[in-house]
Amino acid sequence: MDPVSLELPHTLRGPQATAGYGPTTRTTQPIVTGTSVVAFKYKDGIMMAADCLASYGSLARFRNENRLMKVNETTVLGVSGDMGDFQHMKHKLEDVMTHEYDMDDGQALGTKSVYKCLSNIMYGRRTNINPLWNSFIVGGVDGGERVLGYVDLYGTTYMADSLATGFGKHLAVPILRRRVEGRADEITEEEAVAIMDDCMRVLLYRDCRAFNKLRRAKVTAQGVEISEPYSLATNWSYAESIVGYGV
Amino acid sequence: MTSIGTGYDLSVSTYSPDGRVFQVEYAQKAVDNSGTAIGLRVKDGVVLAVEKIKHSRLLVPQSNRRIMTAGKHIGVASAGWMSDTRHLVKRARDEAHNYHSVYKADIPAKIIAERMGMYVQAYTLYSSVRPFGVSTILACVDKDGPQLYMVEPSGQFVGYRGCAAGKGKQVAKTEIEKLKLEELTVREAVKEAARIIYAAHDEAKDKLFELELSWVCAESGMLHAHVPQDVLADAIQHAERSLDEDDDDEMEDEDL
Repeated sequence: MDPVSLELPHTLRGPQATAGYGPTTRTTQPIVTGTSVVAFKYKDGIMMAADCLASYGSLARFRNENRLMKVNETTVLGVSGDMGDFQHMKHKLEDVMTHEYDMDDGQALGTKSVYKCLSNIMYGRRTNINPLWNSFIVGGVDGGERVLGYVDLYGTTYMADSLATGFGKHLAVPILRRRVEGRADEITEEEAVAIMDDCMRVLLYRDCRAFNKLRRAKVTAQGVEISEPYSLATNWSYAESIVGYGV
Repeated sequence: MTSIGTGYDLSVSTYSPDGRVFQVEYAQKAVDNSGTAIGLRVKDGVVLAVEKIKHSRLLVPQSNRRIMTAGKHIGVASAGWMSDTRHLVKRARDEAHNYHSVYKADIPAKIIAERMGMYVQAYTLYSSVRPFGVSTILACVDKDGPQLYMVEPSGQFVGYRGCAAGKGKQVAKTEIEKLKLEELTVREAVKEAARIIYAAHDEAKDKLFELELSWVCAESGMLHAHVPQDVLADAIQHAERSLDEDDDDEMEDEDL
């Protein structure tokens, strides 16, 4: 066969075409993964954080990955789960943004639309029983309104003033419930940073796939800002006094 | 064209006895009937300008764009049939997207010019199709700096420092040749481009027209964008003033 038209298993479409290669197979587990994303609304917009680690199982394989993506001038995307699937989604979103730019109609795709687009893709993939193994948080300011939405590999979506993915759902959400919910309009940027760092610190202490090199993003009316990687001050001497820890 | 009506001008798949393909030449004529389009490649970017002839006062300003974007960083200005242009712009977008999805990098100007050239050329080969009645000017800044290409109905694509197509191409080319393109900045080039379009405009043939101006430069984030309203207004003012000055000069000459 001419090498250019040679079909490889992953380029084939539909179950019948793969007969020669055995049964159709799907992703059954993520491979290179990112852990939690934490995000919440505050006075001037939304804040989001994620660390820079992409794990290979329990191995801290890639320690300088960016899991926060600037989608457009008003939207950021935080990612946990399979990094390969994220890169695929990233390219898809870039294509969407290029298409919008080419239209040149003076209309920008708002955060809500990006969220809708993303959740439709995720729901479509799970419906074809071929999900992208991720949990995403979309955050931004759309027409003066703060928007924060969650979507995962099942196509589940929900919106709230504070959100987290992965371990963050167990460890950061209780903190955010106490310190953010109902107060989103009062929290200053300074306080938001303090809350975020506290959440990320707890995750760092308790989540074995977390990493002390993280980025923080904020979206305000002025646009998107993603910080350079930074580290949190930690104190591991507590560990010895915790009953049942280690040993 | 003495050979017209001899039967050799009906198909692109037949040469005339003196070795010409008339349909391609007629396509070129379709381009020559269109409002002028020019491109200037200067030291820090590329500028595109189009004389958009309007057939009615009722048209919404800035509608029916003749300069379009293909894949964020490439500008396409055209002279000729707008319906053909839209088809070619769609093709250019598809090519840019295809290249990006394969290489995860923006398509270089040379490659997109070549691919567009090949596509247009294919329409000069078969009796079942007609050649495109457009010349497209591609503007882009890539790793080799500012780039400007023009693809003609024959499929010929050539890189230029400055180029022109359409009704006023002779006037425009003479004016472009006078410029020191490698010394100009885009800000200056925008004004020159506006002046040239105004100079190439023939008031006797077409009364109504609108200037379209776009650029790819640091100010537009190395993306292709129409120039901001204030820059456009400045350029138009500059163009009108220099036209008036020329008229005054001519009158003085007559007085002498």
